[in-house]
Amino acid sequence: MNGKINILEHELVPKHEVVPPEEAVDLLKKLGIEPWQLPWMSADDPVVKAIGAKPGDIVRIIRKSPTAGVFVAYRYVVVEVTKKS
Amino acid sequence: MAGVLTTRISKIKFGIMSPDEIRKMSVTTIATTDVYDNDGLPIDGGVMDKRMGAIEPGEVCPVCGNTRDSCPGHFGHIELAKPVIHVSFVKYILMYLKTTCEVCGRIKIPEDERQEYLRLLRDLEDLGLVYLKKRFHEYIRKKASATTTCPHCGTASHKIKLDRPYTFYVQTDKGLRKLTPSEIRERLEKIPDEDVRLLGGDPREARPEWMILTVLPVPPRSVRPSITLETGIRSEDDLTHKLVDIVRVNNRLREHIESGAPSAIIEEEWELLQYHVATYIDNEVSGIPVAKHRSGKVLKGIAQRLKGKEGRFRGDLRGKRVDFSARTVVSPDPSLSINEVGVPEEIAKMLTVPEKVSSWNIDFLRKLVLNGPDKWPGANYVIRPDGRKISLKYVDRKVVAESLEPGFIVERHLLNGDIVLFNRQPSLHRISVMAHVVRVLPYKTLRLNPLVCPPYNADFDGDEMNLHVPQGEEARAEARILMLVEKHILTPRYGGPIIGGLQDYISGGYLLTVKSTILTKDRAAMILSASGYEGSLPEPAILKPREYWTGKQLVSLFLPKDFNYRRNSKIGSASVLRCLDEDCPHDSLVIVRNGILLEGVLDKASIGREEPESLMHWLIKDYGENYGRFFMDKVYKMFVRVCEMYGFTMSYDHLVLSDYARKSIENIINEELKEVDDLIKLYREGKLTPRPGKTLEESLEDEIIDTLSKKLLDKVADVITQYFKLTNPVVVMARTGARGNPVNLTQMSGLLGQQTVRGKRLTRGFHGRMLTHFKQGDIGADARGFIKSGFVNGLNPLELFFHAAAGREGLIDTAVRTSQSGYMQRRLINALQDLRVHYDGTVRTAMGEIVQLLYGEDGVDPMKSDHGKAVNIDRLIDRYAG
Repeated sequence: MNGKINILEHELVPKHEVVPPEEAVDLLKKLGIEPWQLPWMSADDPVVKAIGAKPGDIVRIIRKSPTAGVFVAYRYVVVEVTKKS
Repeated sequence: MAGVLTTRISKIKFGIMSPDEIRKMSVTTIATTDVYDNDGLPIDGGVMDKRMGAIEPGEVCPVCGNTRDSCPGHFGHIELAKPVIHVSFVKYILMYLKTTCEVCGRIKIPEDERQEYLRLLRDLEDLGLVYLKKRFHEYIRKKASATTTCPHCGTASHKIKLDRPYTFYVQTDKGLRKLTPSEIRERLEKIPDEDVRLLGGDPREARPEWMILTVLPVPPRSVRPSITLETGIRSEDDLTHKLVDIVRVNNRLREHIESGAPSAIIEEEWELLQYHVATYIDNEVSGIPVAKHRSGKVLKGIAQRLKGKEGRFRGDLRGKRVDFSARTVVSPDPSLSINEVGVPEEIAKMLTVPEKVSSWNIDFLRKLVLNGPDKWPGANYVIRPDGRKISLKYVDRKVVAESLEPGFIVERHLLNGDIVLFNRQPSLHRISVMAHVVRVLPYKTLRLNPLVCPPYNADFDGDEMNLHVPQGEEARAEARILMLVEKHILTPRYGGPIIGGLQDYISGGYLLTVKSTILTKDRAAMILSASGYEGSLPEPAILKPREYWTGKQLVSLFLPKDFNYRRNSKIGSASVLRCLDEDCPHDSLVIVRNGILLEGVLDKASIGREEPESLMHWLIKDYGENYGRFFMDKVYKMFVRVCEMYGFTMSYDHLVLSDYARKSIENIINEELKEVDDLIKLYREGKLTPRPGKTLEESLEDEIIDTLSKKLLDKVADVITQYFKLTNPVVVMARTGARGNPVNLTQMSGLLGQQTVRGKRLTRGFHGRMLTHFKQGDIGADARGFIKSGFVNGLNPLELFFHAAAGREGLIDTAVRTSQSGYMQRRLINALQDLRVHYDGTVRTAMGEIVQLLYGEDGVDPMKSDHGKAVNIDRLIDRYAG
């Protein structure tokens, strides 16, 4: 054991990926929102570190959903999750 | 709307009042304990000083010149002879004392580090990192209080101890020494502003020394009004009493100090003053006795006025009382439509609806005005266009009726057809408040159709319900479009009907549609008349020797002509009565084709409540909620009429078993009891094999419970079912799902079986036995709550006791569950109340932050779904392919 586990390979961790800036702009425009209105996720989150996302990035999460089959969610990476607006 | 709010509150900041501030806002100092003089007038300088605001009608405030309606009230103050601690702040006082030096008053952190931290703090504030700032202060506090020598002046600091609620001690070499509030105040005064900021305080709004009171503000009179009883005796508010106490002790303390009394006496009075001030602020502080009235009633402190459910916040600001509402006992009236509510005439005369006079309704409203407030239908008030309100009680109504013109508003009585909101607490649901159409009726209870009991969870054992009359056109329109009962037949939980047949409706549905029911012309007409059916009878199913109609034909009259349905009925859930296809004698497969009920009996699975995918469910989904209401209003009435005509009832005789059956049940019981005896014998001999993970004792208990409850009851039920046929009304109710279940049958005719508490046999009570009727250490079936009898044969006294013991557990469970789920509900609603589904399908907070990109991740409204799915393919095939 080298003590390192790639959490992205774990069964319970859905697929995470950084949304490229160009796509992110389109996405925000489609939703008609500012980035801060997306749900937040901490820059300290192990998944964020694993995929190399930086604060200000938008992360796409593709996961299984009991109602919709596959669901795509987005998170806004921030430094401090508890601070609001 | 006029005067829309254009500014936003961006911030609210709370602080502590400084003594200067308190003196500045005060209009008078309170120095005397006398409140009123001999004429009953307030004394100047007393706690009810006139300058603290006008409260008597007609009184003019000497300070602001207003009467009591517009005088805001003014504060006074008491100059305390010695400072006292404010109980709500002891936590912070302790923190400041621990973190600062007792000699120089500076924070116990070296100067260079201090500068570094100050810079960090500024950065944190500039970035607005609230949470991190909190953590930062915690870190500094911990670090400073852990330092034992002051890095600034080198003084060794002593340990501070707090004896709750408000006594501080300092640990010296000679032992504990009490710190007086004066000493504490001196120490707090020495703390520099910058150090206060480092510790998380705000020196501008809350200097630490302000937490020690030297001046006590006295709230305005309007905050603590006195009430005059009928006897003419004045009764003062709790706060006033408390303030008099404070003034009295304060004056005594000052006299002692001025006359140079021994310090022990001064200490004692000081302590008393501290007590009174503490209980004035909060009378529930632990560690000191609560302040009481002479009568022994506990006084209400300032904190008690604000705290809790009945407090200022939850009781007055977040919950308000309303006009145009009524509340009484409810009773059933099956002749009402499900969306109606019966309102007693007396209530209808009190509740009013404002109706604007126009040329179309002027004659009608004139009539109502003439009838006046005491004759229904009438009116109570007329509002003229200039806003004058005329009570119709004391005027010549003919003159008012004559003067009526378009533009007037008449507050008329509640009339038939008005829309009202009906509610039963606890309002856990949106369906706990629904709109009903008024039907004014005689007598004194509110009445509702028993079919709408389930959404309200109402019964008629004394339940009371509330009624609200919407006053505006928009409110009435919303009520009619969104809140009417039929809009809520389908629950938003999973889309199934929550309103539907129960009890007699189910029995009646079965009796009407069962194969053996054939009706003569007059009987068929009688049943149909209950529904108000107008039209011709269908062709009779049987022509010779007489014309006979089946119940299924009558039901079919109300089904839409293109309706198809096919599903098992509830009675088919028992294996003996199950039908696999159309060709089956049990008639337990309900088949409707082209609006004709061809086969199958209607029971709970077709017409019952909370039965998704039932006949009722599909009817409502395919033909609309209005059709659903029509069906329930008409057809369900036939079901009840059938019950009445049949004389549906159950009696003792229906439950008595033959001697032969009784014998065979006894044999089964004895067999199982013997098995238990064998188990016990095995256990005593130590030959019992323990179950995995269980001790020997536990394994034995498990084995016995398995033997006596599941196995035994199933065997007995098998015997009993052979003797109970569907001609027996008890069985009809149990099988159709009207009331009871097959297990209840066994409990009545057979035996109750093993009683348990928390899944274990009954053991607690005396030492080694539950009751003194058994030997100590007896672990046989009888000694531990096995009941051999059923309700028909009756329980012996010991068995009755066992049954009561086990029954109590259920009562306790419900009591615990309701309180816990109530609290959970409160927390959930507080968290979720502002979330909303927007037109683009996203779920957002009030600030526009996205919670879900698509509601439920699939955008499906569960109310319009089939068990959460958007479409039900099977159903569609059924419907169109037949």
